[in-house]
Amino acid sequence: MIKMKYLMQHMSNLGSLKNSSLAALFMLAVLVSCKPSAKTVVADEDNAGLTLPEGFGALKAADSVGKARHLVVNANGDIFVKLEKPKDGSGILMLSDGDGDGKVDSTAGFGNYDGTGIAMKGDYLYASSNTDVFRYKLNEHQHVIDGQKPDTVVSGLIDRRQHNSKSISLDEAGNIYVNIGAYSNACQIQDRTKGSPGMLPCPILDSAGGIWQFKAEGIKQGYADGVHYATGLRNVVGLDWNKQASALFVMQHGRDNLQDFYPELFGGPDVSVNLPAETMYEVHQGTNAGWPYFFYDQDKKQKVLNPEYESHRAALSADSIADPAVAFPGHLAPNALLFYTGNMFPEKYRNGAFIAFHGSWNRAPKQEGFFVAFVPFKNGKPNGEWEVFAKGFAGAEQVESPGDAKHRPTGLAQGPDGSLYVSDDAGGTIYRIIYGKQ
Amino acid sequence: MESNKLFYYFLSIVLGGTIAGCNGHQETGQQKEQQELSASAPHPNVEETPTLTGNLLAGKKVYEDYCLTCHQSNGGGVPNLNPPLKGTAYVLGDKERLIGIVLKGSNEGLEINGETFDNAMPPHNFLSDEAIAQVLSYVRTSFGNQTDTIRVNEVKTVRAKLK
Repeated sequence: MIKMKYLMQHMSNLGSLKNSSLAALFMLAVLVSCKPSAKTVVADEDNAGLTLPEGFGALKAADSVGKARHLVVNANGDIFVKLEKPKDGSGILMLSDGDGDGKVDSTAGFGNYDGTGIAMKGDYLYASSNTDVFRYKLNEHQHVIDGQKPDTVVSGLIDRRQHNSKSISLDEAGNIYVNIGAYSNACQIQDRTKGSPGMLPCPILDSAGGIWQFKAEGIKQGYADGVHYATGLRNVVGLDWNKQASALFVMQHGRDNLQDFYPELFGGPDVSVNLPAETMYEVHQGTNAGWPYFFYDQDKKQKVLNPEYESHRAALSADSIADPAVAFPGHLAPNALLFYTGNMFPEKYRNGAFIAFHGSWNRAPKQEGFFVAFVPFKNGKPNGEWEVFAKGFAGAEQVESPGDAKHRPTGLAQGPDGSLYVSDDAGGTIYRIIYGKQ
Repeated sequence: MESNKLFYYFLSIVLGGTIAGCNGHQETGQQKEQQELSASAPHPNVEETPTLTGNLLAGKKVYEDYCLTCHQSNGGGVPNLNPPLKGTAYVLGDKERLIGIVLKGSNEGLEINGETFDNAMPPHNFLSDEAIAQVLSYVRTSFGNQTDTIRVNEVKTVRAKLK
């Protein structure tokens, strides 16, 4: 609109020159300058403040977009971002780069609801509020046809504030997987209260603390229409379908307060601050990851009874509890998981897992995380140690409190050219990580 | 000559405007919401008292034992999860409400400066009147907060009301 106003204004000035050939020249100049140019994507000089492996670069595709949770990129490179809360009435933003320089130059919004999840499959964009999953039909440009009238795929999921993100992922067989986080830390009678015993059985697990499977084509499915696919998962924010394994992988946020409620049980504060592990699971129908009865100790490589259930020790067995595929240090808050299938990055990264760690709050006095990690995979299984891939989001070497972090990795997406996008719900930055183009 | 000059002048304007239009403008500057605090609470502008003594020192110890994990060493809380204790009327304002939250806990998703927080705060009624007075006095005079302290009798009164 601004452009058109400008043009009209100057065209009328032009009229006063009474020179029609000049007018034609102006028009030509205008058209040429607006044509999508052959601009290329280059890394910002400072790699957007990130530290990356050799050969990689990063740019800020967009900044200050709001509390950017998960994101997805369509075949044209348009970025769809789910905002935690609507901003100016829009809970989903479409960010576009008209001239191909990698920097977003137009923004459209729709979807007036809160939430985290967003995904694209076939002709639909899927997005979740904290209670529902919606889908929007896409046109041939993979743009949303009508942002006002989505189908409601799932509705009525539980939201009791704590762990209410309904992250989503789709498989190749027409199913959508929805995380329903437990509205509790360790299923105590009195949540987060030292000494309050755990409930057995934990009543929360009937409607939360797991993954539910629904039909991607379904309309207004509730709990009764879904499959209670996996249980014993306290809270999953990052999840992704792995085509090689033909399986869902999820990242669990481990329980809080182990180190300040029970330091003496786990080797003192310095040791217990690392517990429990943040865990990646390969999930199949019937998988039980153990919450709230057990947590995973990544140093001892074993499942450990939560102290709140000590009095039920004899009644609880870890035999049928799944082992994690990968275990990370405690409290780092894995908020996104993405299996990389692009061709831009070196072979090492193909089919491997990127994990966005939001950063801890439960490790005072020094918080950790605030980075994107990588785990190599081969044939759908982890194949090597995890490593930090991208760091520097927080803007400081040491973070005493997560509110001090300038940026916090929250979502991950792969672009059509193989770029890796990272969203940030603190500074609202959309990062784009590229390889071999500096 | 004159029309030539004009030509370049307008060309530069139109092209300049067009290029700016094509590139668009990104949204900048996230507005930070500031909530006006009650009149009784002066604006926090003083750093943490360098040396604490007596009750405030005791209050710091209570804070470290029972509050710090969630509300953080700087009183800033955790975005979206645990509310901040600095620059909020919940701490600097009505003492009875503040003492009540410590005694009863809070699981209502209170809104503070436009933000809400997901985690439940458990009741801390197991703390003595003295310990609550100490920790709240510490909180009300730390992290940039600067208002009056809380007396043991004030805690005792609120506890009696809640029974």
